[in-house]
Amino acid sequence: MLSVSFRHRIGNSRINADFAAPNGVTALFGRSGAGKTTIVQAVAGLLRPEYGRIALDDTVLSDSDGGHFLPPHRRAIGYVFQDARLFPHLTVSQNLLYGRWFSRRSQLAPPDQITRMLGISHLMQRRPAALSGGERQRVALGRAILSNPRMLLLDEPLAALDEARKTEILPYLERLRDDLGLPILYVSHSAAEIARLATTIVLVDQGRVIASGEAASMLSDPAMAPYLGARQTGAILSVTLAAQEADGLARVDSKAGPLWLSCLDRPVGTPLRLRIMAQDVMIALQRPADISALNVLPATITDLRLDEDGVLVRLDAGGDPLLSRITRRSAERLDLRPGKAVHAVLKAVSVAPGNIGAASLCPTPPR
Amino acid sequence: MNAGNWLTPDEWQAVALSLRVAAVAAIASLPVALLTAYALARWRFPGHAVLNGLVHLPLVLPPVVTGYLLLLTFGRRGTIGAFLDQFGIVFAFRWTGAALAAAIMAFPLMVRAIRLSIEAVDPGLEQAAATLGASRIWVFLTVTLPLVLPGILAGLVLAFAKAMGEFGATITFVSNIPGQTQTLPSAIYSFLQVPGGEGAAGRLVLIAVAIALSAVFISEWLAKALARRVSGA
Repeated sequence: MLSVSFRHRIGNSRINADFAAPNGVTALFGRSGAGKTTIVQAVAGLLRPEYGRIALDDTVLSDSDGGHFLPPHRRAIGYVFQDARLFPHLTVSQNLLYGRWFSRRSQLAPPDQITRMLGISHLMQRRPAALSGGERQRVALGRAILSNPRMLLLDEPLAALDEARKTEILPYLERLRDDLGLPILYVSHSAAEIARLATTIVLVDQGRVIASGEAASMLSDPAMAPYLGARQTGAILSVTLAAQEADGLARVDSKAGPLWLSCLDRPVGTPLRLRIMAQDVMIALQRPADISALNVLPATITDLRLDEDGVLVRLDAGGDPLLSRITRRSAERLDLRPGKAVHAVLKAVSVAPGNIGAASLCPTPPR
Repeated sequence: MNAGNWLTPDEWQAVALSLRVAAVAAIASLPVALLTAYALARWRFPGHAVLNGLVHLPLVLPPVVTGYLLLLTFGRRGTIGAFLDQFGIVFAFRWTGAALAAAIMAFPLMVRAIRLSIEAVDPGLEQAAATLGASRIWVFLTVTLPLVLPGILAGLVLAFAKAMGEFGATITFVSNIPGQTQTLPSAIYSFLQVPGGEGAAGRLVLIAVAIALSAVFISEWLAKALARRVSGA
């Protein structure tokens, strides 16, 4: 567990960081320039905070009380930078083994396992200049892991890459989270990335931590909506896989009733987390008949929030929160207000990250 | 060594002395230049501007002035010279003095070349090395130094060429004693002072041109080889 509590001033901007990062992937989420990188640098020891304390488990990394400061090379914290920062005069293989040379900690994983996991085994004798952006980031990731760190810091490792490269690397990050069990601090301003990777979310705005908590509840918190953007706002539903039905659909049971998903090659009884985007949830006053959507849940309105994108409705579906994004006109026409009983029509339902092997759930559509 | 029929022993002596003076000047000043360049490139400290000015002083002062100042400080009665004399270290009117003068005159060029190459190294790489467990000295040895090697080489060659041609400060500080302090430029100067010396001067001029050109070629070739190694292209 990483506990961070410090204040620091750079030029005119102030950083006031106060959060804890349990094991798993903790996302530092916020707009560009919010101070996320400064926080990560303080954890790595590349920056010495003016006031406060940072500790990893029982090791104090820095503490302004008593002027304690552990230099970066003695922290055993792997850092993957936005711009890879591979050593240009060394080969991929030499880059990968650089940190191992200094590490006195026991090996996290054998090098060939890591290179296979990251898909870089065939690049070993190349120089960084001869690598693509995605390959460079994977080598940087491998280099950090092979230094046998106690924790990994990933500072927007995908920011410099195009969409194709991002989708190339994301599965590796998921495997990292699920296979190595290293605590990871993940900096991002991309809601899609954190929805896929994070188990804990720390929301940073203008140098301050304004909220933090478990990913599922943070993602469905209307207060997060302005930071997530209209398309990424959504809720997480905890369900259990109840049955595989003859026509290929899988039935899952939520607290508010059954839902059907298109494909799930998991054993019956598996608990799952479903991510339901606010823009995929319609609201009906009566249970709609003759409608193509399969998934309709009875719900009660708990909160309406007006913002520049319309109205964000928070619903209670048998105890689980749901979010729905509708227009202001619809809200007025249906006379929606807290306490009103409605039906939520779910246009799309997807399995949320956080389930081990979630990426492999639907390998190929059934023939 | 037999330099052929076309060089008299005196002329050969001047060439050999010059090569020795320039090589010693370049190599002996390298560690100091490296430290100075690193400090100027990476550290912020009070007196940064003063140090920078001091390093560049030999470049802007008339060489005669530099030579005279050397004579005042490193001469046998100079403050530092008198002190070193007790240990048997003498610069005045010795080839070591010529090397000292050449080193000081070449120092700004060497520092400049190395400093530029240090400034070109991304500090982010050094940070990355630190997060991988390398202490400051290891970061310098395994990341910074290999990356600035082309700059160090360029600095060495520049300093060597400058030292080969040093004249004003040398002749003021250590005079022009054949076999002792008569370097290539001083010898050319001396030959031109006597009637019929043009032939000898001409031969030495050819040698000076040849040495300078090969220094440039060698440095270009090494720099290219190193750049290939460093960038991996």
